[in-house]
Parts: sequence; C-alpha cells; structure tokens
Amino acid sequence: MPNTSILFALDALTGALFLLTAIGVVATRQVLASLQLFILQSLLLTLSAVLLGIAQGSIHLFAVAAITIATKTLLIPWLLRHTVSAEVYRTREIERVLNIPSSLLIAAILIVLAYVVADPLLTVVGLPFDQVNLPLGIAAMFLGAFTIAVRREAVPQLLGLLAVENGVFFAGVAIVPNLPVIAELAAAVDVPVVALVVGMLTRRIHARLGTTAVGRLASLREQ
Amino acid sequence: MELAALLLVPLLASGFSLLPAGRRFAAPVTLLGSVIVLALAVAVAAEAARSGRVAASGEWLTCDGLGALILLLVAFVGFTAALFSWGYVAESVKHGRQKSVRLYYALYNLFVLSMLAVPLLANVALMWIAVELTTLVSAFLVGFEDTPEALEAAWKYVVLTTLGAVLALLGFLILYWGSRIAGLTPFTWSGLVEAAPNMPPALLWPAFLFILVGFGTKVGLVPMHTWLPDAHSQAPASICALLSGVETTTVLYVILRLFPVVGVAQGLDARPWFVGFGLLSVGIATLLFIHVRDFKRMFAFSTVEHMGIILVAAGLGGADAHLGAAYQMVGHAIAKSFCFFAAGVTVLSVGTQDIASVRGLARSSPLAATALIAGGFAIAGAPPFAVFVSEFVIFKAGLASGQYLIVALLACLVVVAFCAVMFHINRMVFGDAQHEAPAMAVPRSCKVTLALAAIPLVIIGIYVPAPLYDLLKAAASAMGG
Repeated sequence: MPNTSILFALDALTGALFLLTAIGVVATRQVLASLQLFILQSLLLTLSAVLLGIAQGSIHLFAVAAITIATKTLLIPWLLRHTVSAEVYRTREIERVLNIPSSLLIAAILIVLAYVVADPLLTVVGLPFDQVNLPLGIAAMFLGAFTIAVRREAVPQLLGLLAVENGVFFAGVAIVPNLPVIAELAAAVDVPVVALVVGMLTRRIHARLGTTAVGRLASLREQ
Repeated sequence: MELAALLLVPLLASGFSLLPAGRRFAAPVTLLGSVIVLALAVAVAAEAARSGRVAASGEWLTCDGLGALILLLVAFVGFTAALFSWGYVAESVKHGRQKSVRLYYALYNLFVLSMLAVPLLANVALMWIAVELTTLVSAFLVGFEDTPEALEAAWKYVVLTTLGAVLALLGFLILYWGSRIAGLTPFTWSGLVEAAPNMPPALLWPAFLFILVGFGTKVGLVPMHTWLPDAHSQAPASICALLSGVETTTVLYVILRLFPVVGVAQGLDARPWFVGFGLLSVGIATLLFIHVRDFKRMFAFSTVEHMGIILVAAGLGGADAHLGAAYQMVGHAIAKSFCFFAAGVTVLSVGTQDIASVRGLARSSPLAATALIAGGFAIAGAPPFAVFVSEFVIFKAGLASGQYLIVALLACLVVVAFCAVMFHINRMVFGDAQHEAPAMAVPRSCKVTLALAAIPLVIIGIYVPAPLYDLLKAAASAMGG
C-alpha cells in the first residue's frame, strides 16, 4: 500500500503549480511563451494522473497520463508548428483587450469563484484528492475561458481553449478515477482534432486576411 | 441492423466523395447515400413508433421515440440539403476549386453522420464525442465561401461551441461520478434515469447546470448565442439548412434528455431553468428581429426563438406540452430548412443578403418571392402551418396547467416576432424592382429541392399521419411527460 499522505502532498504541490501555469497563460506577453506554459501545464496534468493512479491503483489513469504526454506535449505543438506559420510565433506583444494588472485581478476573482462552485460538490463523500483537484481544475477552466475572452490573437485563444480542457481533465482524474471510454477517447482523439481544425482555420485566416488578430474581426455584429 | 447501416452509409459516401472521379461524382454519391439514410430512418422511426424502442449491435446502438424523431429530421434535411447542394455548390464555386468541392461533400457526409450518431449512440460518453464532432467537421463547411466574413464566422463558431462542449464534458464527468456512487449502472440515458434517485443531489445540480450552459451554447440559447447568427448567415445555404434546421435541435435533444434524469431528484427542479433560458432566448431574438438587416441573419434569429419556445414547452411540463415541443421540433426542422433554401435561391437571384437593397422580388424572381413568403409564414407560425399548431398546443397545455404568466409572455413575444418577420419579407417581395437581370441562374436541383421540401411544409400542419403521431407521442413520453 503506497503512502497516501506523501502522494497527497505531492498532488497538492502539482495542483498549485498547475494553477500557476493557468495564471501564466492569462498574463504572458508572448505567443511562444504561452505555448510553452501550455506544455508545462500538460506535464503537470500527467504528473497528477500518475500520482492518483499510484494512490488508487488505477490502470486507467496511467493510460490517461500516457495519452496526455503523447497528444498534448508532442502532437499538438507539432501540429501547431506545421499548420500555423512561424511568423505568428515571433509575435512578442499579444494584443489584448485588458491590461495585465486588471486581468490578474479578474483571474483572482475567478479562482475564488471556482472554490465557491466546487464547495457543494466537496460535501459528497469522496477521496481526499477531490479537495485538491476539483476546485483547481474548475479554476483552470475559468482562467482558460477568460484567456479566450481577453486575447485577440488566434493561437493564444486556442491555447486558452486547450487550457479549459486541461482543467476538466485535472478535475476528472480525481472524481472519476476509473474513467471508461470517455476521457481516454476524448483525450486521444478529440483534443488533437480540435487543435488541427483550429490550426488550419488560423492558417486560412492568415493567408486570406494577412493577420491572426481574430479579436479584431468585427464585420459581423448587430447594427 | 438498420441502426448500424445508418452510420455506415454516410461514412462510405464520405469516402467515395473524396475519390478524384471527375467533377460530377461526389454530388450524386452524396445524394444516393442520403436517400438510403432517409429510407432507413423512416423504417427505424416506424418501428420505434410501434414498439417504443429499437436496439441493435450488443446494446451499443439504441433508439427510442425521441431519438427516432431526431433521426428522422436529420435524415430528411440531410436529403433535401444534399439535393440543394448539387446545383448550388456547382454554381457558387469558381472553376479550379474542384478539390474543395470534393472536400465539401466528404465533410457534408461526416456532418450528417455525426448528427445521426447523437441519438443513436447508447453510451452517453460516446454521444458527447459525437456532439463535439458535429462542430469540428462542420467548421470548414461554415467557412466554405472563403470570404473574410465566412472565416470570422467559422472562427467564432468553433471556439465558442467547443468551449461550450468542454464545459458540458465536466457536467457529464460529474454525472458519471454520481452514477458510480449510486451503484453500477451502464452510462446510458436509461441507466442514468435509473441511478438518479440514488445520486447525491449535490452532484446532479452542478452537472445539470454545466451541461445546460455548455450545450446551450451550441443550441444558441441567449446569452450564449452570439456566434449563431454569424455562422448561420455566412455558411452556404445548404449548410445553413442543416445547421439551423437540425444541428441545434440535435443538441437541444441532449438537454431535453436530462429532464427525466434531474426531474426525479429531490431538491432540484429543472423546469424554472428551462422556462427562464427559453423565455430569455425568445425575448432577445424577438428584439433582434426588428432591427435585422440581413435576411439570412433574420432566419438565424428565428432559430434562437424556436429553440427558446421548445425549451419553454419542455419546462411547462406535462404530456401535452411535451407533445407540443416534439411537434414544434418537426415544424421547425421542415420550415427552417425550407427558409434557408428560399434564402439561397434569393441570394443567387439578387446577389446580396441585405434586406434594404432587395425590392420587388415578386416581379424579378417569382420563384424566390413565393418561396420566401411561404417559408416566412411557416416559420413565423401562421395557420395552417405546423408551427402554428404546435405553438397553439403549447399555449393550451400551459393554460390548462395554470401557468398563465409564462403563456401570456410567450404569446406576446411570438406575435411581435411574427409581425417583424412578415414586415421584412413583405418589403423584399413587393414594391418596385430595383435590380435588372438575375445575378445568376437558379440551378434546376435547387428548384426541385424547393418543390420537394414544400410538400411536408404544407401537409404537416393540416394532416399528421397516424405513425408520425405515434412517434410524437413516444417522443413526448421519453421527455418525461
């Protein structure tokens, strides 16, 4: 029987770093840096899945960990580099709707909100790991969605979307340790397809309009 | 066996569409596939109406009355839109883009496949993947015309609806958590209904809200609707018919499926949420109708309105209101796809989507004018069309159960929306013609589509065949009515 308290402490540390990467994706100035933060976040998700897998002896979680490594740290960065032109990654200052201090303030409010949302769920008898993974996963979801709202560039918006997905899985590995087909298929097939479709769309927008500042596109709106 | 064939046929048609076998290959293959799918869907729906439930292939695929209704609607619009595509795509695509035409038909078939899979897949997790795939395979179709506006619409469509689907995923994971606590039941809709009374209400509640908001984004419920008028106005008319006519209804079907699951939980009432989101959607769509400038956008807002009406009907509760909701789904799918075919023909005839610059269509293009008038009356809910009857059934059911305020609000909004739609269409059809010769000839396949799609449009409001009525009854009872 593995020592659960050490695993719990390690998982809590992983969770804290996971949240920091989510905040980093909101605040960073460069496209390349947000991609690297996303890879780091995926590695932390993998680590949490492995820790919970050891604690609960669940083979499913090791499968989730392996799929996360393969798709999110290798396949998706590779896909993005091949569909989106290198010019996009050289963008140093990402155009944004809000400045960084205000964004961080809202991010802090969202994290508190995540704990409020998760609180009733935590009254349900579960594993101690739920207390770490569920609120932090929901916080990462909110921060990812907020990233989409404040970014005007295509690739950072996509990374925000993938961060939301990471948040769902971070919560998911704790609440459903014997994930059946859902997480494994979704992680293995769905996430790379999302990246591929959005990446190809970004390429077409870049080729057609000469920009990837999708937040600036506003010809369609109510008059 | 039919259930597996329903998924296999579009898959094969998609593969064949990619073959580089000349310019005129993909369209007939797609049309043939869609005819087979329609025939199979009619057979499945007839059996579901008779026996209540069809299952096959080791319980992986299943279909009850509500599922069969969605299946039938997707298959029908899948067929008419395939026929419309034949001439429309050939006409609107410039020469030298034959490769993108093949891609269009390949993705068209996959899009129909993913929508057929939503009601068929028994496992709720696999069904989530099918919903997600509807977005991913249709993204290219929305941006098919390659204009800056179309690409902008495709971007918003993919990012927002995928975000919604991921939120819903957390909801489904929580439901799975709950069903594991409640004991080992299969992760299917019937398994969830069985497990729900033993699930902690603290789990059902957030699961319901995450799925309602997440998939509500894809249905186009206000305030998550912002992408919908863009995508539904910029896609090619054939794709708009699928997006507006059946894709929204297919996802709404998933939300309606939740009702029997959460409806039996103690301390949780889903009905005020359905009524609240529904009335808000109808209200905002009605306000936006008045100022709309683009006629395809107008039909898109009408979809938001109809989704709201169906949700209100589901929230009113009771067998009669649910029957009205099921009937409204049929009326919406048939009339809305017809409206977009009419809009497509109008765009071909006048070369613009701007309401203000279209005048005197009755003289310059009688076909487009007639179709717009018929479609407008049908979608706005004039008698004797199906939408009028279904709205009447819903109002009556609401009054019978004493929910006067909701019915009064809904009725006022529906009347305002009716006037706004007819005002805009009236301005386009009558008056002096301002433009000369038609911008493009209307292809024969588009005319045939309009004629074919008009048959159920006219008939279904006056006469509901007995098997269809049984199917509607079965669908209503699956909604928990």
